[in-house]
Amino acid sequence: MKLPFANRPRNLGWYIGTRLPAALLLAFILIPIAALIFGISVSGFFAGLRHPLVGPALQLSLSTTLTSLTIIVLLGTPLGWLLSRPKGRFLHWAELAIQLPVVLPPAVAGVALLFAFGRRGLIGAWLDRIGIQIPFSTAAVVMAEVFVAAPFYIQGAVAAFERIDRNLIRVARTLGASPVRVFFRISLPLSAPGLVSGAALSWARALGEFGATLMFAGNLTGRTQTLPLAIYTAMESDLRAAQSLSIVLVSVAFALLWAVRGGAAQLLARDGGAMRDRAELPPAERA
Amino acid sequence: MFRFQVETTVGDLELGVELSVSEGPLILAGPNGSGKTSLLLLLLGLMRPERGHIAIGEQVLFDSSSGIDLSPEERSLGYVPQEYALFPHLNVFENVAFGLRSPATRLGRTERVRRVESLLGEMEIGPLARRLPRLLSGGEKQRVALARALAPRPRALLLDEPLAALDVGARRQVRAFLATYLAGLQLPAIVVTHDAADAVALGRQVAILERGQVVQRGTYAQIQAQPRTPFVAEFVSAG
Amino acid sequence: MSRFRTALCIASLLGPVGAAPAQSQPAAGGEGRELIVFAAASLREAFEKMSATFKREHPGVQVTFNFAGSQELRVQIESGAAVDVFASADRRNLNALKAGRLVEAERIFARNEPVLAVPSGGGGAINSLEDLPKAKRIVVAAPEVPIGGYTAKILERAYRQYGDQFRKQVEGRIASHELNVRQVLAKVRLGEADAGFVYRSDVASVGTGVRAIRIPEELNVTAEYPVARVRAAKHSKLAAAWIDLMTSPEGQLILGQSGFLSGRPSAARQTP
Repeated sequence: MKLPFANRPRNLGWYIGTRLPAALLLAFILIPIAALIFGISVSGFFAGLRHPLVGPALQLSLSTTLTSLTIIVLLGTPLGWLLSRPKGRFLHWAELAIQLPVVLPPAVAGVALLFAFGRRGLIGAWLDRIGIQIPFSTAAVVMAEVFVAAPFYIQGAVAAFERIDRNLIRVARTLGASPVRVFFRISLPLSAPGLVSGAALSWARALGEFGATLMFAGNLTGRTQTLPLAIYTAMESDLRAAQSLSIVLVSVAFALLWAVRGGAAQLLARDGGAMRDRAELPPAERA
Repeated sequence: MFRFQVETTVGDLELGVELSVSEGPLILAGPNGSGKTSLLLLLLGLMRPERGHIAIGEQVLFDSSSGIDLSPEERSLGYVPQEYALFPHLNVFENVAFGLRSPATRLGRTERVRRVESLLGEMEIGPLARRLPRLLSGGEKQRVALARALAPRPRALLLDEPLAALDVGARRQVRAFLATYLAGLQLPAIVVTHDAADAVALGRQVAILERGQVVQRGTYAQIQAQPRTPFVAEFVSAG
Repeated sequence: MSRFRTALCIASLLGPVGAAPAQSQPAAGGEGRELIVFAAASLREAFEKMSATFKREHPGVQVTFNFAGSQELRVQIESGAAVDVFASADRRNLNALKAGRLVEAERIFARNEPVLAVPSGGGGAINSLEDLPKAKRIVVAAPEVPIGGYTAKILERAYRQYGDQFRKQVEGRIASHELNVRQVLAKVRLGEADAGFVYRSDVASVGTGVRAIRIPEELNVTAEYPVARVRAAKHSKLAAAWIDLMTSPEGQLILGQSGFLSGRPSAARQTP
């Protein structure tokens, strides 16, 4: 079967050389997810959803990740902005240190949090004296999520702010705009797509957080048992429930990413090309 | 009258300049790295000099001995940076109107619209009002940038390489336009350039900056007659 | 400076990678056979000691362990993990595998006594099971975990004995359901939990930091540890040999030193 002339690749070697590895990786990522979704019947799925762990876990995951995300964005945006400007040695090292939660195994992160905020911890001991205990609380879940997920947002924010032409900021200042006005009228709109995708990544990471949460916050239905913990717990007694929960988690994460990407695309369309977007490439440019 | 005297170190460049601008634009020329852009940033308040005094008319913008240091948004100086830096997410109208929206200018909406439209008309870019910057030609962008800088009625105008981003054909056209426009403007203006043709067309006085110091000052004819450094000699020969 | 930094980065990345394979290097001049044992978390110290003896008796054999909650191990075996021996902390998980015809030749090789663990030096407010409500935070294992199942039974009996007030207070203070007994132990040791239910052998394994409080005999249950050979085992003879070691006087001595009770029920203990 011969392809019509317009669709025939010019250089077969290049075509295969690029498509084959890409297809392999894509398949590797998609097949387990497909297996998860299609490995259970529809009735089995709904039966699994009726497991008592599902409701509380879903609610807890959504509420804690929303809280974490809010904290991360509120605190991470100024931090990202600061790190994107010329910085001294302190901030330089701080930027490196901030990446640590990414490379730290989550269980280690959990242990570290315990050593800091546990009842005998560096700061936790003081808090304990005034009656505040953090481990085993929902607040601990939020803290674990913020710890592991914040670096993703900060990285995205730094990259987004760095890409803004310095001259835009300078001109805006000379036109009478205070630093606050410059930030909200110029920097923020221009960095919005990058901030949004950073936030999406961050949110996804927080949703999936397991090891640090288990270690630092514990595992109690309704208080600290997030979706990933519920899946792990359910797996040992009711595989169907674990499967249903996993599908729920995948769907929630997918919906979030999709909504966020959609939002980001809208923002991209408005920035007038300050950042190069795919819309600018001529269609069907052959490469 | 725009008077300033600044001394500071920028990287490994020792900058020490004392100049004044009254009638007609002052051309600031010099080799790369001589501190021309830095000087503009210092005047605009985007960088702080170690010592100096900057004043325009009666208004003191900066004085190191008495601790006066107005922030950039208070100085009321118009600025057109290299490559114009139009706000990419705002259309032409919004770009030009940007300086009119700060609380300091205190303009109502109708007044704002009127002023922007009149400026756009002056620059002959009225029909472009709703267009986004990325769809403008170089010459059009330059005019928008100029309009934007002038809209808040600044006390002086600073232009950094206003024609460098244009191709040769556009450059000639825009140079002519700019020359007429600047001549008609009653504002002190500083134009940074490395192009001698600009110097001839746009300004009355020329100051040559080399390694952070003014090495020669005068009218173009004067420096052409008696170039004091090799750079100046080469500069005027290209004109 | 930058080269040093690069080297440092690479070294830190390779460190864990380089350390890992060391475990599975076959002994010099041996046949390189590997016996894989899945065992309940509480058996860690006893089994590691036993493996030294086993390797002496079977030169060239490497013993690889996977210590985790028995429920977790069961799921892994059900999903087809390659393993030769499964030692569980309760009959429930082994029975599940028996029902799936995945194991054979089951034997009880040890018993263990659940105890109430409290941080040592913590003020000594809790000295008996009845004092449990004094603990601000109680940590137990999830019900699927063997010790979690035993704890649930113990608490049921305790609620009947000590009344509703006791029950309400204790239930309100349970702060987490951990996924294996060593995590419960760790939380108690760290001082994060004021009390937790673990095995006597766990307290023995840790030495300091934790104090064991005995549970009244009439309320307590005895944990029975069965071991079985996995049917799909690669080295059935070795598996059988390992199980023999566990039930031999030498193995029993090691288990006893680690705080376990003998595999043979004594007349005084009743299994539920």
